[in-house]
Amino acid sequence: MFVRILATASLEFTVARRNRWVIVSVAMMMLFSLVLSAAGSAPAGQMAVDPLSVTVASLISLAVYLVPLIALLISFDAIAGENERGTLALSLTYPLARTELLLGKLVAQLGVVAIAVFAGYTVAAVVAFASGGVEAAQGLPALWRLVWTSVLLGAVFLSLGHAMSCLARRPSGAAAMAIGLWLVAIVLYDLGLLAAIVADDGGSFTTDIFPWALVLNPADAFRIFNLAASGAVDAASGLSGAASSIAVWKPLAAIVIWPLAAALLARLSFQKVVP
Amino acid sequence: MTILTLSKLTKTYGESRVLDEVTLSVAAGERVALLGHNGAGKSTLMKLVLGLIYPDAGTAAIAGHAPGSTVARALTAYLPENAAFHPAITGREQMRYYLRLRGQPVRLADELLEKVGLGDAAGRRIGTYSKGMRQRVGLAQALIGGPRLMILDEPTSGLDPVSRREFYALLDDLAANGTAILLSSHALSELEARTDRMVILSQGRQVAAGTLADLRAEAALPLTVQITPQPGQEAALITAFPDGRQVDRRVMLTCAPFEKLTVLERIAAHRFLIEDFDIHAATLDDLYSHISGRAA
Repeated sequence: MFVRILATASLEFTVARRNRWVIVSVAMMMLFSLVLSAAGSAPAGQMAVDPLSVTVASLISLAVYLVPLIALLISFDAIAGENERGTLALSLTYPLARTELLLGKLVAQLGVVAIAVFAGYTVAAVVAFASGGVEAAQGLPALWRLVWTSVLLGAVFLSLGHAMSCLARRPSGAAAMAIGLWLVAIVLYDLGLLAAIVADDGGSFTTDIFPWALVLNPADAFRIFNLAASGAVDAASGLSGAASSIAVWKPLAAIVIWPLAAALLARLSFQKVVP
Repeated sequence: MTILTLSKLTKTYGESRVLDEVTLSVAAGERVALLGHNGAGKSTLMKLVLGLIYPDAGTAAIAGHAPGSTVARALTAYLPENAAFHPAITGREQMRYYLRLRGQPVRLADELLEKVGLGDAAGRRIGTYSKGMRQRVGLAQALIGGPRLMILDEPTSGLDPVSRREFYALLDDLAANGTAILLSSHALSELEARTDRMVILSQGRQVAAGTLADLRAEAALPLTVQITPQPGQEAALITAFPDGRQVDRRVMLTCAPFEKLTVLERIAAHRFLIEDFDIHAATLDDLYSHISGRAA
């Protein structure tokens, strides 16, 4: 089983490398990290103590947009593309289970996301140490937390991308669904919550439903967990006030459970695909 | 020994019955061709055999195992129609992947590619391959591990005549080693009569089966006789052959296979009127369209 998963993963990684997904993802993450690091402490004001923590606070809001986007871009073609090329039918006539095929792709693509995340955050760390000296070491735990939560966030959206790839019959349809998902989950969801809070004006929605709604979205859970755990101020999000009122275990649980739930969803969607 | 057994296999999509009680068996070392128009049910039948889809009625078994089961998959190789592998991968990488999936050593990749004439292109990306070369990669992967059953969907489409001949030579070797082969084709003439048996499908039903000689005998298609008169004998010739019709100067007539000698005798009797004559047997395409047309 592991041989077949690894074989699939290694082929898939070669495809990602040749397709320039690796280089594009790494370049995107490094570029944005560099820009945010260069912007320095301006957005965080006086709150942060060391330069790395300041940068991490900015990186949280960057990762929330960029990591899901990268994950969806890499993953939307996974099944629909193979089905269109006719290689899906072929692979499935081999002694290769659907779960193995999907896991192999997930492993390879998660590798790409992890490389991009590492590269980007390393740039941020290097800049922070260069400007702040050893004091920046205080921000390392926050940076590490950002790394592994980013990889888990990537895993969620890779699997969601696989699910879209299964449900759409063609790669173009899968791409449209993936972009739609990104827009809804990352952008519109928060706007919707904000609008609801404003309309609710401190009523039961704000106190009872809103904290759960925030935690149930993997991107928001990622943001809240990182903000709450590092005690930093999120300059880019209007939801920052909520972060302090939610127990840390809730977003943490969401971050850990979502990758499994999304992978299960992808697997169930794959079952419906007739090659 | 029978490798593939299909019994009253039936598949419906909504209202339409794509495959209607098809019964068929392929023995070890036997090459069976599945013929039919687009939509006749060939691909559906193959997907059922491969376990990619499931029948609504009837059964299929590969050496006694259910299609799609681990054993059946291990015994079966498949060449899809127009397989287009990922363009960013080299032929060698693609082959290594398939070898790993079958638990075979990856060093066989070059050997297999060599066998289908892709030795020099092994290190090139498949995106640079021609259609025929991609088809050969498909064939190379189907050769992995000496399968007991080979399912080939339109294997010769996209191959030039020389490659097609090489392809059939490969099939002959496989069959000689005991592989049961089921391949599909649009037309009888494409098969170059290199198979042991043919099964003709039309609208999901099996309309004919047997060797080429069986099919010819059963169809009993008429021969075409074409007679060219001596100059100035056109009118006399058509009088002598009232059952013919005049096309330009020549007289065309048809006769059943068993009347061939009678017609020759008549031609000999009128030799002074005749400059030349030709007799044509029905072509494979005539035979095929006769059988599939009769069914429709």
